[in-house]
Amino acid sequence: MTKRYALGIFEDEDVLLHAVENVRAAGVKIYDVFSPYPVHGIDDALGIERSRLPIAAFFFGMTGLSFALWMQIYMLGFDWPMIIGGKPHIALPAFIPVAFELTVFFTCHGMALTFFTITGLYPRPKVPVMDVRATDDKFVMAIELDETSSQFSRLTQLLRDNGASEVNQKEMTTK
Amino acid sequence: MQHVSAVREPLVTGGKTLHDVTQDICYQVEAKPNIRWMAALSVALFFLGIFFYSVYRTVWYGIGEWGLNKTVNWAWDITNFVWWVGIGHAGTLISAVLLLFRQKWRSSINRAAEAMTIFAVICAAMFPVLHMGRPWLAYWVFPFQNTFGSLWVNFNSPLLWDVFAISTYFTVSLVFWYIGLIPDFATIRDRAKGSIAKFSYSMLSFGWKGSAKAWSRYETVSLILAGVSTPLVLSVHTIVSMDFATSVVPGWHTTIFPPYFVAGAIFSGFAMVLTLMLITRVVFRLEDYITLEHIALMNKIMMVTGSIVGVAYITEFFIAWYSQVEFEQYAFINRATGPYWWSYAAMMTCNVITPQLVWIRRVRYSIPLTFVLSIIVNIGMWFERFVIIVTSLHRDYLPSSWAMFSPSIIDIGLYVGTLGLFFTLFLLFAKFFPVINMAEVKTILKYTVDNGPTYNPQKAAHATPAPQPAIHGAPASAPVNYNKHD
Repeated sequence: MTKRYALGIFEDEDVLLHAVENVRAAGVKIYDVFSPYPVHGIDDALGIERSRLPIAAFFFGMTGLSFALWMQIYMLGFDWPMIIGGKPHIALPAFIPVAFELTVFFTCHGMALTFFTITGLYPRPKVPVMDVRATDDKFVMAIELDETSSQFSRLTQLLRDNGASEVNQKEMTTK
Repeated sequence: MQHVSAVREPLVTGGKTLHDVTQDICYQVEAKPNIRWMAALSVALFFLGIFFYSVYRTVWYGIGEWGLNKTVNWAWDITNFVWWVGIGHAGTLISAVLLLFRQKWRSSINRAAEAMTIFAVICAAMFPVLHMGRPWLAYWVFPFQNTFGSLWVNFNSPLLWDVFAISTYFTVSLVFWYIGLIPDFATIRDRAKGSIAKFSYSMLSFGWKGSAKAWSRYETVSLILAGVSTPLVLSVHTIVSMDFATSVVPGWHTTIFPPYFVAGAIFSGFAMVLTLMLITRVVFRLEDYITLEHIALMNKIMMVTGSIVGVAYITEFFIAWYSQVEFEQYAFINRATGPYWWSYAAMMTCNVITPQLVWIRRVRYSIPLTFVLSIIVNIGMWFERFVIIVTSLHRDYLPSSWAMFSPSIIDIGLYVGTLGLFFTLFLLFAKFFPVINMAEVKTILKYTVDNGPTYNPQKAAHATPAPQPAIHGAPASAPVNYNKHD
C-alpha cells in the first residue's frame, strides 16, 4: 500500500521541538519524527509514553538469577553430589559469581532482543527512508496525507511558519 | 535542555556543524585505504602469521612447546591472559561507568575504546583455551549433560567462574557496542554510493531510521546495559583475581586482590586507550574530536588508578610483614631481592613512579610524553602480572623443587602474535566502522562547540572557552567550516 507523507525538514532541534508542540496544538497528527540523534524532550512533545523496558529488564534479570541458582543447586546438590574441598554439596557462597554473571547475561541479551523486536530492527538488504539527510544533519517531521489536495499546502504553510527550512512530499510503500 | 558551565573546555573544537561531523567520520570509511593504513595492516598481518604458527606448534606438539616446568606451571600464558583482560576494562569503564556519571567527554572515545575491549578479550581468551592442550574440546568448560562423562562442571572453582565471567563480559560488550553502532551504520548506509556498500551497511544498520520512538527506546536500553555492565566490569577482574586469591600459594592468598586487580585493569586499559587514541587521532585527523582535553582527562584517570595500584603494592608488602607468616614474608622478600628482582623493579618503576608524573600539567597535556607514558604503563602492568605469577610459583615450600622460568620461542611468538591479532582487528575496525560515535558527538555538539578556527594545541591548552548557549526557538547559526577533508 502506498501512502503519501508531508515532510517538514528542520535544521535545529530546538526549532523542531517547538514545531512539534505547535503542530500538535493545531490538531495535526504527526506520523513520526526522524532525527540524527536523540532529541531530549521530544518524547513529551510527541506524547510518547515512558518506556516499560526497565520492567522487562528486571524480569530478565530475575530469570537469569533463578536459572543460575537452580542449575548449580540441581547439578551439584542433587544430580551428582560430590564433596569438593570439604564443602557442603550446596555451597551457596561459591555459587554467587556464576549467579551474578548469568543475571547480567540474561538481562543484557533479553534487553537487546526485546529492543530489536519491539523496534522492528533486523538485518534487511534495503531500507526505505523518508529523507536520507535524517541520519546526517536534518530533523524530519513526517505527517501522513489523506486524499484531499488542499491539505498539503495548508501543512506547508503550518510547517514553514514553525521554522521548517523546506517541506517535501514523499510516497512510501508499506506492506 | 542541557546547560554547560562557561569554564568548561569545549569537547569538540573547530566549530563543527552536524554535517561536518558526518563528513569527518565517514571520510575514512568511504575513502580508499591510505598507504599508512595498508603498511600498518601488513605489519599486523605479519605478527598474525607468527600467532598462527605458534598456535600450530602448541596444538600439534602440545604444551611442552612452552617454557613451563613442573614448578612454574603457569607463566606467560596466564600473564598474557590477565594483561589482555585488564586492557579490555577501560573500554567498558568509558562506555558504561562514564555514561552513568554523565561524563560527556566519553562520546568521542567510547566507540574505539569498546572495540578495544572486544578485541582484547578475544586475545585474552586465546591463552586459557590453548593451555587446555586440546582446544577443540574447549566447550567442555560449559555445563553439559553428563553423556560426555559422568560429571558436571565444578561450580566451586574460580576457573569456572572465569568461564562465565569472560563469556558474559565478551557477549555483553559486543551487544552494547553493536547497539551503539546501529545509528552510525544507518548514516553510512544513507550516504553510500556503491551497491555493495549500500547492501552491507543496510544489513548492518538493521533498518534503523532514527524515529523518535526508536531513539527513546535506544536511550533506555543504553542506560540499562550501562547499569548492568558497570558491576559486570568490576566482577570480571574480581573473578580473574580469585583465580589466585582463592589458592593457598603465598603471595596470591590475599584479600586485597579483587580491588587491586580492578584498579590495575583500569590503569592498564586507559594506558592502552591512550596509545591507540594518540595514533588514531593523527592517522585519521580527528584532532578536533579527541582533543588535548580528552588526553588530559584520560591521563588523570590513569594517574588515580595508578596511585591505587601503588598503594596496593605497599599494602601487600606491609601485610606480609604484619601477618608474621614466614612463607608470606619470604614470598615478598624474594620478589624484591630474589632472582627476579629486575621484573619487580620494572613493575615498581613503571607503575608507581611513572603515573605520578601526570601531576605536572605540562606532562598531562603533552602528546609525545603521554604516548611514552602510556607505553611504559603497559609494559609495567605486564610485569606486574609476571611478578605475581612467576615469582610466587618459582620458589615453593620445597627448596629441592625450586626452579626458574624462561620463555620458549613459542611463548614469545604467542604473545607478540596476539598483539598482531589485536592490531589486525583494530585496523579493520578503524577502516570499515565509524571510529567515533557520530550520533553521540552530535548530541553534545551544540552545547560544547567553540567557534574558533580548527585545532590548535596552544589554544586548546590555554584559551578561555567560548561555549555556545542554546538559543531557544532560533536556528543555530552555522559556523564557517575550517576543516574540510573532502
